[in-house]
This record gives sequence, structure tokens and C-alpha cells, in this order.
Amino acid sequence: MSAGPHYTLYHPRWYRRRVSVWWWLQNRSYTGFVLRELTSVFVAFFAVVALWQLRAFAQGPEAYGQFLVRLRTPLFLVLDTVAFLFVLFHAITWFNLAPKAMVVRLSGKRVPDWVIVGSNYAAWLVLSGAVAFVLLRG
Amino acid sequence: MPSTVALSVARYRPERDWEPTFQTYEVPYRKDWVVLDALNHVKDTVDGSLTFRWSCRMGVCGSCGMKVNGTPKLTCATFLSDYLPGPIRVEPLDYFPVVRDLVVDLADFMRKLKQVKPWIIRKEEPPPDEGEYLQTPDQLDTYKQFSMCINCMLCYSACPIYGLEPSFIGPAAIALAQRYNMDSRDQGAAERLKILSEHDGIWQCTFVGECTKVCPKHVDPAGAIQQYKLTAATHWVKSLLLPWGTR
Repeated sequence: MSAGPHYTLYHPRWYRRRVSVWWWLQNRSYTGFVLRELTSVFVAFFAVVALWQLRAFAQGPEAYGQFLVRLRTPLFLVLDTVAFLFVLFHAITWFNLAPKAMVVRLSGKRVPDWVIVGSNYAAWLVLSGAVAFVLLRG
Repeated sequence: MPSTVALSVARYRPERDWEPTFQTYEVPYRKDWVVLDALNHVKDTVDGSLTFRWSCRMGVCGSCGMKVNGTPKLTCATFLSDYLPGPIRVEPLDYFPVVRDLVVDLADFMRKLKQVKPWIIRKEEPPPDEGEYLQTPDQLDTYKQFSMCINCMLCYSACPIYGLEPSFIGPAAIALAQRYNMDSRDQGAAERLKILSEHDGIWQCTFVGECTKVCPKHVDPAGAIQQYKLTAATHWVKSLLLPWGTR
């Protein structure tokens, strides 16, 4: 047996490169993509907190008061801030990508991307305004 | 302005190398030279064994796709002047098996391309004397972008999903399927749906979006895939609500 690589004319020895587990650090957009995927964990976190809040609310004023106290602990304040930043990143990156998936045609012409992005942001603002109004009214 | 620039080129000679190595060539710097010109200079005057694919030199044939400083590029449209002072690293496209030096094997893509039936499918072909199929400029506009694909494979090389899941049909093949799906003359969307909405089709895509960024012809494969996800999801809901309507 020869020590050199095996090679014949009709069975060429191809080189296949393995994908490194660190592929997502290769360039900024890969890292951005992985971070965007990771945001789903924090979206789920907010959903769980909301369910927990609902449960505390159903258990009466004492349980709800305890829930509020727990939310004010440093651990939750840090967790909430981090989660909020990730959810913000989630919303902004997905809104900016919306025109790729949504192609709206009006009388045969494609609606420009900025209109699609803009209407998503507008809907976000209106809904956030409505929620703020309900919460801050009393 | 420098008189030369260093080109660090990946070499893989299967008869003697276990894995690719880099070889550096000092090539004359000229403002109007692209990376492909520099490679041809090396091949013609320095090292005739350097192997790479090229043909048209004008961004139409899609043969000269390589990684330049880590980014998939058509080397006929990548100027040396954008990479000064160098060295400029030239490598074969990622995720395809390397045959030799900068040449990769594209058989996997060719097989996948055929699977998505990138041609006009008609249920019934009218006789030629009935005339050609007519199409308005607006109808042409819906798919024209996707028809610009030159099969250069830069999008596959930019897609980490294709690297991690080699069974993924991939950006260009899906964009080309969409090119025919959206063509008003075509009636084959249902046939393509079977392949595209399977596990290895559109749902493998997690929208990294790099395919669109590297595309030299502005095809936007990422857009094609996301739009098709919407179509496939709508079709699925319809088939649940009206099982007799989608047959």
C-alpha cells in the first residue's frame, strides 16, 4: 500500500470540507441570523410570564401582589431588560424582512418595499399606543 | 498604487494532497484587472497546473464563482482594486466537493434542479397554428427577476443551511421553480408543490438571507422561498378546509 492518497482517473478523490460548529461566527450576518433565531426563546419567556401573571391574577389580590414583588427583584429586572432587547431585535429584524415574503400587487404593479415595512411599523405603533392607552388610562 | 498584489490561492491536487493548501502568487496589479484576469495571468505565465473554471468573462455564464476573501463572488466581476493592498484569498465555493484547486463538482445541484421541473408545463399543448402564448408586460414582470439566474452557485455557497443539511433543494433551484410557477403560461405549479413543500424543500430554509446578498444577478432567492412558503401554507389551509377543491 502506498502512503499517498488514493486516486484514479475515473474515481477522483474529492475533498469535502466539514462545516465548523462555529460557522455562525464567520460573518456578521450569520451571527445576526443566529441571534434572531435565539430571540424566539425570549418571546417565549414573555409569553410564560404573561401566563404566570394571569394565574396570579386568578388566584386573588394577595397572589398578584406577590407576583408584582417578585417581578421587582434584581434577577427579574435584568432578565426582563435582556428579554425586552431581544424582543425588540426580533420585531425590528422581522419587520425589515417582511417585504421579502409579502409581495403585494396593486393594479399589476408591485407595492414598494418601504410601504410594506412602513405599514408594519405603523400597525406596531398603533397597537402599542392602544395598549398604552388602556394601561395608563386609570 | 502598488505594482503587484499577492494572490493566495487554494490548491488541491487529489493525486498528491490530502487536503487543500494555499499557494501565494505575486501578480501585476492593474486597475482594470479582475480576480479572474489575475488567475489567468498565473495560469499563462507562472503555473499552468492551476485549475479553475471560467468562460464568458462578463457575468453571464456563471462558471467562475469562487470565494474571494471569504465571500462568494463571480471572479470576472471582482476587481483587484477593491482588495488592496492584499493579499487576496481565493478559494473554491463552500459546501460542494472540490475536484481540483478551485473547481467544485456541481452534480448535486444539477440533480436538484431537474427535480423542480424548471420548464413550462402545460396540461394540453395547443396546436402551433393557434399562435404563441401571449403575455402582458405586467405578467412578465412577476417572474422576470427569478429568470435572471445564471446557476453560478454563489447562493449555495453562501447558505449555511445547505452546508448543514445537504439534502436541502437550495436557493437557486427553488427560485427557478418559482420562476415557472409565476409564469402565466405555466400550469405545473401543483407538480412542483409536491417537491417544494416536502421536508427538503422550502421548509428547510430559515431565512438567513445571504443567498440574496451574494447573488450577482439580483435574483433574490430568499424572497422566492419566503413567498413560496406563503403559497404552500395557503394551499395547505385550503386543502384542510376544502379537501375536494385542491385536487
